[in-house]
Amino acid sequence: MRVLVLFAHPAQRKSSINLSMAREARGVEGISFVDLYAEYPRFDINPDREQVRLLEHDLIVLQFPTFWYSTPAILKEWQDLVLEYGFAYGPTGRKLEGKFLLIATTTGGSDGDYSRSGGNRHPFGQFLLPLEQTASLCGMNYLPPFVLHSANHIDSPSAQAHIAAYRTLLGDLVQDRFDLKSGTAREMLAQVTRSGDMGA
Amino acid sequence: MESLAVYAFGYLAAAVVAVIISHRIGLGSVVGYIAAGVIVGPVLHFSDSASGYLEHFSEFGIVMMLFLIGLEIDPQMVWRLRTKLVGLGGLQVLATVIAVCAVSAAFGFTWQQGVLFGFVAALSSTAIVLQTLKERGLLESDGGRSSFAVLLFQDLAVIPMLALIPLLSVGSAVGPQHVTQGLLSNLPAWASAILTLATVAFVVAGGHFLSRPVFRMIAMLGLREVFTAAALLLVVGIAVLMMSVGLSPALGAFLAGVVLANSEFKHELENDIEPFKGLLLGLFFMTIGAKIELRVLFESWPFILGAAGLLIVVKIAVLLPLAWLFRLRSSAGWLLALGLAQAGEFGFVLLSIGEQAGLLTSSLSSVAVLIIALGMILTPGLFIVFDRLVVLLDRRDIAKRPTDHPDEGTIIVAGLGRFGQIITRMLLANGYKPVVLDFRADVVDNLRKFGIQSFFGDAGRPDLLESAGVGNAKLLVVAIDDTDRAVEIVEHARRANTRLKIIVRAYDRLHHYRLEHAGADQIVREVFASSVDTAGNALQFLGMHPYEVEKRKQLFVREDLAGLGKMAPLFDGVTPVADNPDFIAGFNDIGKIISNAMLGDRDAFEEAVARGWSPPELESSHSRSKKR
Repeated sequence: MRVLVLFAHPAQRKSSINLSMAREARGVEGISFVDLYAEYPRFDINPDREQVRLLEHDLIVLQFPTFWYSTPAILKEWQDLVLEYGFAYGPTGRKLEGKFLLIATTTGGSDGDYSRSGGNRHPFGQFLLPLEQTASLCGMNYLPPFVLHSANHIDSPSAQAHIAAYRTLLGDLVQDRFDLKSGTAREMLAQVTRSGDMGA
Repeated sequence: MESLAVYAFGYLAAAVVAVIISHRIGLGSVVGYIAAGVIVGPVLHFSDSASGYLEHFSEFGIVMMLFLIGLEIDPQMVWRLRTKLVGLGGLQVLATVIAVCAVSAAFGFTWQQGVLFGFVAALSSTAIVLQTLKERGLLESDGGRSSFAVLLFQDLAVIPMLALIPLLSVGSAVGPQHVTQGLLSNLPAWASAILTLATVAFVVAGGHFLSRPVFRMIAMLGLREVFTAAALLLVVGIAVLMMSVGLSPALGAFLAGVVLANSEFKHELENDIEPFKGLLLGLFFMTIGAKIELRVLFESWPFILGAAGLLIVVKIAVLLPLAWLFRLRSSAGWLLALGLAQAGEFGFVLLSIGEQAGLLTSSLSSVAVLIIALGMILTPGLFIVFDRLVVLLDRRDIAKRPTDHPDEGTIIVAGLGRFGQIITRMLLANGYKPVVLDFRADVVDNLRKFGIQSFFGDAGRPDLLESAGVGNAKLLVVAIDDTDRAVEIVEHARRANTRLKIIVRAYDRLHHYRLEHAGADQIVREVFASSVDTAGNALQFLGMHPYEVEKRKQLFVREDLAGLGKMAPLFDGVTPVADNPDFIAGFNDIGKIISNAMLGDRDAFEEAVARGWSPPELESSHSRSKKR
């Protein structure tokens, strides 16, 4: 499976779990890795180039740290410019149909914060609704997100496990070890996703 | 010894005083030297035998001048100017010779004398015209470049003229005085032809192959004066060699110059020869002046005045149609015609050769010298006429195209260099059609082909700005690189239109303040953005993340602009900043973050950078109670 990782992190001077994940992803053989902030430091995103990239891949991973219940700014800019009417959606725009979308993100808030009773008052999946619906409008298969909460301590065993799991997951996807269309594979992915989600 | 010292003193004193005065009143050095010659000539008994010797000596000035002209011949530039050089220059010389010949014949001169006068009249004053064009910044304009091409052709045409004049004397009324001397006189024709060719070949080959190792060796010695001596030796040696086979020494020197034009010693040779050339040429002009008999001037001043006027009229009458033929726009054509309307220093050379060759009597030569000198004296006046004329022509040009009348809400871009071109392109790409002002006619013409209203002229001139519609324009972009003129334009435009938005290109901080003081709305330091970009590229190559670089660039620009803004009120537009204590104090105060960071205390800068995307290192963001 041709896998494209679109990575968005504006403050890469700091060491973070998300950056370590990016480093691992970059090292996976056969993967296409794009650092959006490096490629478009002035937000001058080139829609043509980005659309070609999407067409050349089967599974798109959006990897980013969650800021204010959303993606970093450039990823929103990317969606606004690249997912054009007539390309990504609309009667003639079915170019992304059948592709897979995987969200890989980290949050500072804990598992508990993202619950009805927690400080954020909603489960984390609710905050990903815009992305999920975007995938749906584009006819893409939205995969269960790959999330690590309380991603504040890179040295914690759960963080290290999550980073390693990310690498394994991407490698397996590239090597087609999943049949993503089968329900069991999705179940399994959901399990993998949760396994990184341990809290500190 | 004493008398030599007295001579030298008399000469130098007269030269220095007369040239300074002449320069001050805008007549240039040539006229000054001639005037000095006129004054000291009778006092120092110049027309005695000593002067003949001096005159010969001073002719080396001409030889050196041609050597230097040869050195300056850049094949690429000549190629670029080829059409104008050969076409415009060639036709100008030919037509002037024919016209003057005809006029002379009408006054009863022989045809040989007519041709000599034609030669003299055809050659304008390279020294005066180039200097004037340079001073007025017109050298790069269309008319200026055409003038340069014509002058270059004239300088080259001197060489065959020098060779032709002695030939004219054969069968002339006065009869030849000057017989070819030297080695060749006893040889049969074929042998002398071979020897002549061999000499020329020797100069070319020697200049090409021999001069380099020799000059390199001398340069290695590190003895400055020996190099100078060698340079002089080269020129004098060629002159002697050429004379010995009966060729013009000037031709030989020119040839040697061309051969050496690509040598790495070109500039050194130029610097070494230049002062000698200047002094000897000065001396030459003084000997010319000394030969002028004031009696002649008093006796025949109406004739001299009339002839000088006639000369100018004839030259303009030749140049104007040629300018039209070569598609020089009206003002460029007038620049060419008025600027080149005098005869020049080469005329004196040709006259003195003509006199030697027996074509002219010395009193006739005196009259001719006076006519040329008068023409040169009148040249600055002709340039003033040009200034007046251009204003009228521009008005007429604008009036001729009623659709060209700028409407209200016009955008004016002044200056179409590399800076202004980008601005104009971007405005056009976005559907705005600016009115463009520039003093290079070819640039203006090119833009007109694209349907852009463009005007030829100096944007610093208030009347041009007004005719471009500054009075009711919406926006003015000043993109010229002349700092003082930019300030003048802003001041003028602000006076003419208070609602006008003015964006202006600034050279540096100080210029920024001057422009702000003059009333500009937006000031862009011309290399600031590109410097910051380049610094950003450097940081990126050093391994910094591109977006991090972008953020640091933004911070740097913000801090720098904030400093610039804080400083502006301290600049009063009058006091030089170095004498303005408030300004100095302010300068030390501003941009603290940047200057401290540069000095090593980077905490504040880093803190400012680090503000973005720094979540608290907390287990939960919902821990208010814990904090309290």
